[in-house]
Amino acid sequence: MGKETGSLQRRGFWRNAQSLWQGMALTFRHMLQARRRRAPLDIADPNYFAHQTGLVTLKYPYETLPVPENGRYRLHNEIDDCIVCDLCAKICPVDCITIESVKATEDIGETSDGTKKRLFAPMFDIDLAKCCYCGLCTTVCPTDCLTMTKVYDFPEVDIKNMIYHFTDLSPEQAEEKKRLWADQQEAVAKAKAEALKAGQQKKP
Amino acid sequence: MLALPFVIFLILGVVVIIFYAERKLSAFIQDRLGPTEAGPYGTLQFAADILKLLQKEDIVPAAADKWLFKLAPLVIFAAVLAGFAVVPLTPTLIPSGTSLGLFFLLAIVSLDVVGLLMAGWGSNNKYALLGAMRSVAQIVSYEIPAGLAILSVVIISQSLDLQEISFQQGLHLRQFPGYGQETNYLFGLKAWGVDVTQVGGFLTWNILRMPLLSIGFVIYFIASLAECNRAPFDIPEAESELVAGFHVEYSGFRFAALFLAEYAMMLLVSLVAVVLFLGSWNTPFPNLGPVRLADWTTGALGSWSGHLWAFFWLVGKALVLMTVQVWLRWTYPRLRVDQLMHLCWKLLTPAALVLVLLAAVWRLFMI
Ligand code: SF4
Ligand code: SF4
Repeated sequence: MGKETGSLQRRGFWRNAQSLWQGMALTFRHMLQARRRRAPLDIADPNYFAHQTGLVTLKYPYETLPVPENGRYRLHNEIDDCIVCDLCAKICPVDCITIESVKATEDIGETSDGTKKRLFAPMFDIDLAKCCYCGLCTTVCPTDCLTMTKVYDFPEVDIKNMIYHFTDLSPEQAEEKKRLWADQQEAVAKAKAEALKAGQQKKP
Repeated sequence: MLALPFVIFLILGVVVIIFYAERKLSAFIQDRLGPTEAGPYGTLQFAADILKLLQKEDIVPAAADKWLFKLAPLVIFAAVLAGFAVVPLTPTLIPSGTSLGLFFLLAIVSLDVVGLLMAGWGSNNKYALLGAMRSVAQIVSYEIPAGLAILSVVIISQSLDLQEISFQQGLHLRQFPGYGQETNYLFGLKAWGVDVTQVGGFLTWNILRMPLLSIGFVIYFIASLAECNRAPFDIPEAESELVAGFHVEYSGFRFAALFLAEYAMMLLVSLVAVVLFLGSWNTPFPNLGPVRLADWTTGALGSWSGHLWAFFWLVGKALVLMTVQVWLRWTYPRLRVDQLMHLCWKLLTPAALVLVLLAAVWRLFMI
């Protein structure tokens, strides 16, 4: 028994020495292979997976992996096509879309897919600092005006700048639209009241 | 007097090189790039780091033992720095040429342990104290195989003077006072009668003057890794608590001093390994008949070329050893504390004891 463990231990010693050496050889190979470095290849490139040895780090701001055309990162709203239906704000799981709407006094045109536009959006803000890039808002958008673009690198020093304002109305214009709507409502109300009065006078 | 600024310059220079090399090599081993931003290929990274450390707040914990806490980095660094005093740099340049050099070195470097305990105890933090205890236990244990390996060199060279040991391992042998008649035989065996005094090169290094000393070198090298708390023996970095041993509470420049001491210690143990085992400042190339490689790469004693060659070989060999230390660190996982003690007391110490015996026997054949 004693003899057996003794020989086992001896074999263990050489096995250990061997595996220690293998470890050293492995890391040494990696050191030598450091002369080779991965290139910033597109995922579609046939050589994308060919790089097996050498350094894999990319010097990020200077080298970037190309993003496919359908990459889905930063949101963009084509406000001219937006009918301010508020669906996106309602579905957003983190409530990062804030929309205000003002009714227009007349039809303000059509979106590119032919839907009538009847609302102005004095405020259409997306807080991209909160956004979790789930893409739900883009799927519910009836006019496909809210899309995710392939821009993924948009850091800001001030977090306030992460709130993207998509509205095309200036504050003055927004005020004016609100006033116009209020005036029109008032005029309509007045006309109604007058019509009512005239009817009452006629009756007796 | 020339030697002190020279030694400080040497330490800082080599530490900077190895600090940079460690980052790059570790990166390459892990298929990363390492520092690239500060300076070409990140060469100024160390300067940026030092600037950062210098401008950090110097925090002394309220409940710490202020004196011990503040003095500990000084003690540790001073102990390591004092060790350099007896390391020969070239055949004629040695900060302090004492005949008890090796003894002094072992004694003063052990003071390091006191500094570690001061740091751990003074921090008044149980993790720091545990870390310090681990370090101290490890260093004290590994001093034994290291000391025995050194002892076997002392037996072979019959001297504690590092400069004398250096002279024995090369062409200048007969220029050492009192060594006019000495001869270096191949493997130190006079009976074989192969005279290599004028051949020099690696044939006269201690690991070939007594071939078993190459085992001694391995023992010393492993033990020295533990002495400077380098992986795979960086047990002070308690993995289960995820704190960095005795220096958890240190910040800013005090931390930098502790760190610098670790790297200076790496340099010191490498230099000692080179002096004791690898031919010190002697060239590795032997004279082969008419091809006087050793003569060409040695230079005359005391001349400028002699100084430069000697310095080049000494630091070059030390840098190679330090590179191996880095390489080891990024290859092997950390040892558990019981494995550590097992390796020290059950493998290295007995092996070193046997080596001492064999060295003594070998010495009989050398005269
Ligand atoms: S992507 Fe998701 S989180 Fe971001 S705005 Fe759209 S619904 Fe909200
Ligand atoms: S779902 Fe589309 S159309 Fe409706 S408000 Fe949002 S972006 Fe505009």
